[in-house]
Amino acid sequence: MSAVPRREPRRIVAPAGLPRLLGGVRGDGRPVDLAAHLLRYGRPPPIRGRQSGRALIGAVAAAGLRGRGGAGFPVARKLEAVAAQKGRPVVVVNGTEGEPPSTKDKALLAYVPHLVLDGAVAAAAALGADEAIVAVGRASHEVLARAIAERRHHHVDAVRLSVVVAPETFVAGEETALINFLNGGPALPTFTPPRPFERGVGGAPTLVQNVETLAHLALIARFGPAWFRTLGTAEEPGSALVTLSGAVQRPGVFEVGLGTPLRDLVAQAGGFTERVDALLVGGYFGTWLPAAAALDAALSDAGLAPLGGALGARAIVALPATSCGILETARVARYLAAESAGQCGPCVHGLAAVADDLLGIARGGGGAEARRNLERRLPQLDGRGACRHPDGAVRLIASALRVFAPEVELHVGQRRCSAVAKRPILPVPARLSEVKG
Amino acid sequence: MSRALRVNPIVCDGHGLCAELIPELIKLDEWGYPIVSPAPVPRRLAKHAKRAIAACPVLALQLAPAARLSGASSPGEEGDAGQPL
Repeated sequence: MSAVPRREPRRIVAPAGLPRLLGGVRGDGRPVDLAAHLLRYGRPPPIRGRQSGRALIGAVAAAGLRGRGGAGFPVARKLEAVAAQKGRPVVVVNGTEGEPPSTKDKALLAYVPHLVLDGAVAAAAALGADEAIVAVGRASHEVLARAIAERRHHHVDAVRLSVVVAPETFVAGEETALINFLNGGPALPTFTPPRPFERGVGGAPTLVQNVETLAHLALIARFGPAWFRTLGTAEEPGSALVTLSGAVQRPGVFEVGLGTPLRDLVAQAGGFTERVDALLVGGYFGTWLPAAAALDAALSDAGLAPLGGALGARAIVALPATSCGILETARVARYLAAESAGQCGPCVHGLAAVADDLLGIARGGGGAEARRNLERRLPQLDGRGACRHPDGAVRLIASALRVFAPEVELHVGQRRCSAVAKRPILPVPARLSEVKG
Repeated sequence: MSRALRVNPIVCDGHGLCAELIPELIKLDEWGYPIVSPAPVPRRLAKHAKRAIAACPVLALQLAPAARLSGASSPGEEGDAGQPL
């Protein structure tokens, strides 16, 4: 551990252009330590008292920062909602990232943990909270524990930081599930209201924010909203981390300005490795989009909306034309059905049924009936769970039926599907594929 | 304030009594779980709505402000399982 500079030895310059979050990443894959972090970004501006807290919330509002966990909710509105409650709030940093095709949050935690912690501390200080809990998967625990120890040793923060390993199931990251787990219960979603901002950890008003969101907040606290808006669009400002995988030369996590054409992101990854006709955009609650239209689209919710898509979990998978989109989606549908928290009847029975329907189409035989079942069942499942798990699965399956319509015809007609590749492209965690064969 | 019927899907076991008592607003899916209309309960059905609420063996049915059902207007409508459609 190198010495932490007492005074900044040089003027800290806000990063111009990209990258913002991943700028200091070391070549050896190890985390940036506290000294190197402070050399790069400078010390976080102190937040003491109500007025500077209000000022930070105002800066976040002016920056137009939206949550980076999936829903894109305005961060300032969430901060204000927590601040308006009675009682001392708690901050929860959501680094669970249970989305199999997404690794951006794990990458951020692994490489620049102090940027995330800066954001957690700033948000907590702005709300008058004195505790921030970082919830992560097992793989991120050691880096976070070490980073927190480093900060404690150098007395960096007035906020108590702790790290907790959360279960690595798909629904554990849903914020009511995470709160339930932190309160000693199972990591299962609860019926709302109350929402976490009303009653969360230990019954206190709780701010739950994704790790990337807080990393951006840390930079807004330092460099201000005008700087934040120099990247991105007016409606969706800033940069964003995206996980790109599938048939690209260099799959991985990329930082792009929001509104960048998808074509440019694919080019950054070295282009496609083979012909690609469709991409999954937004993770497993996302939508399949035809490649021709998607490549021209801007990577923003506004840019993807005309195609019926959204950024969602910011995971994008390029499907090789040699793979079967129906079979790929059926596999994921089975996974999502198995990952249902098992609490709500429509989700338990409905997701299992639609996953079987899709598998029926994919494997041929009874395809026509399976398609009729799907058309009846899919619209019935939307909004029927305590959380949005069924809604997300329905969106994915419905988009597969749209985008792979010609393939569905081939399967239902029991003719040969145009796919020849057998290797699955969309990842499904091993423990389930082992059980399910 | 207009109110709509709302089922707590975690508590609901699909007994199905509600759909018999107020079929105008509640239908059952193929597994026997209620599909509840998000529309405000009209005055003429208020009595039936109350009876359906009272009849639920697990107390899963309630009246909630109809506005609350209109989507992602409250903070915290997010997380992995929470993107708006």
